[in-house]
Amino acid sequence: MYTQGLDQKGQTSKPAAVEESAEQLAAFQARIDAEEKIEAKDWMPEAYRRTLVRQISQHAHSEIIGMQPEGNWLTRAPSLKRKAILLAKVQDEAGHGLYLYSAAETLGVSRDQMVADLLAGKAKYSSIFNYPTLTWADIGAIGWLVDGAAIMNQIPLCRCSYGPYARAMVRICKEESFHQRQGFEIMLELTRGSDEQKAMAQDALTRWWWPSLMMFGPSDKDSKHSAQSMAWKIKRFSNDELRQKFVDVTVPQAEFLGLKVPDDDLELDEASGHYRYGDIDWQEFYDVLAGNGPCNRQRMAKRQGAHDDGAWVREAAQAYAAKQAAKAA
Amino acid sequence: MNKEWPLYEVFIRSRSGLSHKHAGSVHAADDQMALDHARDTYTRRMEGVSLWVVRSDQIVASDPAETSAFFEPAEDKIYRHPTFYEVPDGVENL
Repeated sequence: MYTQGLDQKGQTSKPAAVEESAEQLAAFQARIDAEEKIEAKDWMPEAYRRTLVRQISQHAHSEIIGMQPEGNWLTRAPSLKRKAILLAKVQDEAGHGLYLYSAAETLGVSRDQMVADLLAGKAKYSSIFNYPTLTWADIGAIGWLVDGAAIMNQIPLCRCSYGPYARAMVRICKEESFHQRQGFEIMLELTRGSDEQKAMAQDALTRWWWPSLMMFGPSDKDSKHSAQSMAWKIKRFSNDELRQKFVDVTVPQAEFLGLKVPDDDLELDEASGHYRYGDIDWQEFYDVLAGNGPCNRQRMAKRQGAHDDGAWVREAAQAYAAKQAAKAA
Repeated sequence: MNKEWPLYEVFIRSRSGLSHKHAGSVHAADDQMALDHARDTYTRRMEGVSLWVVRSDQIVASDPAETSAFFEPAEDKIYRHPTFYEVPDGVENL
């Protein structure tokens, strides 16, 4: 579903273990500048590799953890149709996680290592998934806002300089559009419904609006490593540029629904055509990232539980494969 | 019994008449599971009519560091392309 500028604050790159000559670095940058794609076995600076492993694995973890808030409503979806749609969407999120793990593995990190890093709390995932889904309207709000924000961020990633990541993103972007539309449709139905249903839709927008804006990561002035990612063409737009685009397209959609965006400072700047929005509570963002959001512990406990409960399946499949191979020999 | 399942590369034929194209990879304990996982991961929207999976460690690949040397023999043979040849004005169907 989403990757976030999580590592752009307070992390310094370690010096590369291997010697990288100025010529190698210049040749690499020249390839990037010429819009050439970098492929798995090509020479690349260690810092480029490390940045990608971190970003792609965080993105993958976000997809995997992101199944939990929506999975919460699978058995309580209001109709068979909605249940089938939600099931397909949650399955897509698992698929997105797998495409991305597979892209990260091309950089020489193992799947087991990435999973271990997530479970050990060493690897992050998007802060948005640490918020609870209290009502059915939250499923609408997630599809509309969270997947909407994800699309905004992910479309430029389809042109990322690293080939396997870019290709995974193309596949993901094709699938996200269904996610966003099904969410908007849920909101649309609720806002056309009873007063209670309208109130439910408004409550969901009120709770998900600010966390959705935070999905784009820290403000540009606090985003220390953005410049390097831009130079490497891993990133194409800054966090604030993408956030602005998201606000600009989403506010009219909220108006169409007859819902109020929970921001008293929000106004259209006629001259620029952009909506000006109020201050984001960055303290909340950093608190959630640090593990103190409403659901951080629950999400990790559930992931750990699923990993542990599935251990016998993984082992049995391996034992069966070994037995079949021995028989065939 | 705590090893990672082997990695398989996945190739999809999107419709008959086209060749298989690399889509990504999956982990699986055996060949049949690799096919099942590839189907579930890469063809949820009828993206294919045929799947190939092959153990990643079975693929033999050229070395990117040697790309220019490896492909060098083709580099100076521009006479393999039709544009190398002169076709005078007025000559048709050539």
